[in-house]
Amino acid sequence: MTTELTVNGQTYASRAEVGATLLETLRGELGLTGTKIACGEGHCGACTVLLGGVPVLSCITLVHTVGDREVTTIEGLRDHPLVHSFVRADALQCGFCTPGQIVSAAALVEAVPEPSRDEIRHHMAGNICRCGAYPRIEEAILTWRD
Amino acid sequence: MARLIKTEKEVEGRYEETWVVVEEDVLDQWPAGPLTVVGRDAERKDGLERARGEAPYTADLTFPGMLHAAVLRSPYARANVKRLDLEPARRAPGVRAVVGPGDVHVLTDEPRYPGQPVAAVAADTFRQAREAVRLIEVEWEELEPLLDPDEAVARGELVEEPRRYERGDLERGLAEADVVVEAEYRTQTLLHNCMETHQSICRWRGEGKLDVFISTQFIWGVRERVASQLGLNPDDVRVVCEFMGGGFGSKNGPGDYTYIGAELAKRTGRPVKCALTRREENLATGNRNATIQRLVAGAKADGTLTALGGEYVNAVGWSGFSPMTGGPMQYLYACDNVRVVEQGAKLNTPPNAAFRAPGFVEGTFGLECLLDELAARLDLDPLELRRRNHLDADPEGRSYSSKNLLECYRLADKHWQRRDEVRARSEGSWKRGIGLASQVWFGGGGPPSYAWVRVGADGRAVVVTAMQDIGTGTRTAMAQIAAEELGLPLDRVEVTLGDSARGPYASISAGSSTVPSMGPAVRSAAADAARQILEIAAQRYDKEQRVLSLKNGHVVAEDGGSWPLGSVCELLGDGQILGTGARGPNPTGMRVLTFGVQVAEVAVDVETGEVRVERVAAIHDVGRIVNPLGARSQVEGGIVQAIGHTLSEERLIDPETGTVLTQTLDAYRMPTIADIPEIVTEFVDEPDTHLTNLGSKGLGEPPIIPTAAAIANAIRDATGADVRSVPVTREEMLRALRERVGALTA
Repeated sequence: MTTELTVNGQTYASRAEVGATLLETLRGELGLTGTKIACGEGHCGACTVLLGGVPVLSCITLVHTVGDREVTTIEGLRDHPLVHSFVRADALQCGFCTPGQIVSAAALVEAVPEPSRDEIRHHMAGNICRCGAYPRIEEAILTWRD
Repeated sequence: MARLIKTEKEVEGRYEETWVVVEEDVLDQWPAGPLTVVGRDAERKDGLERARGEAPYTADLTFPGMLHAAVLRSPYARANVKRLDLEPARRAPGVRAVVGPGDVHVLTDEPRYPGQPVAAVAADTFRQAREAVRLIEVEWEELEPLLDPDEAVARGELVEEPRRYERGDLERGLAEADVVVEAEYRTQTLLHNCMETHQSICRWRGEGKLDVFISTQFIWGVRERVASQLGLNPDDVRVVCEFMGGGFGSKNGPGDYTYIGAELAKRTGRPVKCALTRREENLATGNRNATIQRLVAGAKADGTLTALGGEYVNAVGWSGFSPMTGGPMQYLYACDNVRVVEQGAKLNTPPNAAFRAPGFVEGTFGLECLLDELAARLDLDPLELRRRNHLDADPEGRSYSSKNLLECYRLADKHWQRRDEVRARSEGSWKRGIGLASQVWFGGGGPPSYAWVRVGADGRAVVVTAMQDIGTGTRTAMAQIAAEELGLPLDRVEVTLGDSARGPYASISAGSSTVPSMGPAVRSAAADAARQILEIAAQRYDKEQRVLSLKNGHVVAEDGGSWPLGSVCELLGDGQILGTGARGPNPTGMRVLTFGVQVAEVAVDVETGEVRVERVAAIHDVGRIVNPLGARSQVEGGIVQAIGHTLSEERLIDPETGTVLTQTLDAYRMPTIADIPEIVTEFVDEPDTHLTNLGSKGLGEPPIIPTAAAIANAIRDATGADVRSVPVTREEMLRALRERVGALTA
């Protein structure tokens, strides 16, 4: 049995087993490894993707619940201005959480193009960065349109 | 000329003397201050790749036929396996191999800490491997675990001989003191929690050749240890780490998972990935061990320290090492009478591992809180107390290669002067205050380390060296150094690293050693390439070589004339200029240390015990700064981690069974973006004129060292309460406040 998935504007026929997560399918079956696995149980935000424009944790989203909602991963945001503002502001160190940070931030600036510091802190609090790039992440989001 | 010398090597505070062959370090240092490329902000060379999710981390790699491993780990702190039946796992779907005790040296039927590996499975998918592990039948005999560090010390259960350091006579120093303070401090066990979990892929080739793709901080260390353990020629072990997702000291070696993967790969003839889950990560990849610190300090009425004593217990775990928790007491202050004893308790808890300035983070918390308790008793300004006890010369008679701690204090003064204004902002139950703490650490790096620089007909340069970039911006810093020496813009220099088969030996990325160890080797290789370019240019343009130099992508002659580098290099055709360089020796008989001071501002709700850090000013002296942008990020990252260490993070174990209770990231509470204060970073940025051709020391560790004490001292300033235990949870804060009230009413 196959499931149809729309990811970054492309259609895929997935043969994912029942119980497979969206993350496993993206990384394993589709080869989209930009979305990272860091905790695998919905606590860290590294696996964040957009589902119909809404940020979700793909490691705890079952692939068969996606339905016809469009999936956007970091690969679909490669030319987003946030990618450049993150590099400019030095908002990444090891970079492992960064795709998830940028996906979350993309949803924020889509909804609130000029977010305040408080709005950034509220919206981004689910994305853990162990290197502690937070001050620069805040700056990258504040200056994303520069 | 190559020279054989005996040199002192230091990693994370552990010194060893070794023979090394070094090249002469003949280059004069560059002048201080920002140069053309070095000393100026540079964006990360690999920033786009990482940000776009294109960078291939070990976690992202896959190979044809690759199997996935899962590991059965002991659920008990101390147990014996009475009976083990691997057959049900062997028969499970997708399973290709199963190994148990006796098959791999890291698998045991006598686990002595929770999470110790017992058996492992390789299967077509990770899910299948994990399911098969669940089918393994084990009959356990549970044994009483030893969990109390004081009890372990009393019973002589230690991981190594106690370390003792003594100068002068502590008892005499205490007798001479006008004021003596004594206190016990405790720090908790902390988990690294790198975002990319520990993992590797092992792939055998031909006869006895092994490729290891691994998330590591030390490519060459993995090569050496794997070759030695498996009886292979080191050159037959290729170790690759192009990108890695954080290490913080926990990824310095191959880890159990690599040995398990290598055996499973050998048995199946297939590549095997052994990747830990987050829960395994929080059990079995090391930790910053808890400490108990029983400290005493004595001083004259004018603040002159007469005695410092520390009895330190490191709760190391089943194995690992006993860190230099007494190091700050030994290295930070002028005091004639110092005695330090460190004991490393051997417990039925997971082994520790280096974690960003191991020992010094914990020891600085105790010592710098004690100094403030002393300042309060003496009614002296805490910054002034530190100035008065500044250590001008190393007590062992070595001179410092450079030391600008007094300059750090001077730069800190304007932040310290905010004291009255901050206190005045106290409001209702929220009390505000300021605290500071000093920092000392190693960070000088050392030989050996090598680099090659390749310049082609296009006039572009590539630095080739088999080092790793653990996320600290190494590629960028090395490219800056080569660009500066070659007179090239930064975008014409690339760095190739991460593969032991494709570049020379390079230093470990730990102990704040990457820039001080690798940077001089890269500069020396670039200088060698530059010399060759100028030799060719001298012939091409009929000039004397001594009047030529490389600037802004041009060959420039002092007596007139300037030619684009490309016009010289195009003569090469398919030829290449190959420069080689090596790290020179450390200055003989000198102590190479890093210094700094941080000033923290906090707000404490005395009704609920909530603590908020509002501002941290960090001033550090680490020699020449190569990339100020990346350096500021390092400082901020260290302070963010330190805030977690101080206020929220703690690995908890069940006090009866030793089971680790905090295996998930909701239970182990790391800082988020919502917890971050304003951070102000300043550098002294004076090259260490005695240290290498670069004058740079390392910066990875210094910024995490003084933060906890600065916060605790700010809490005392705000509330009068002495917090002596981290994390400062609300319970600890309220306990300290009650103790304060008790002391005032008694």
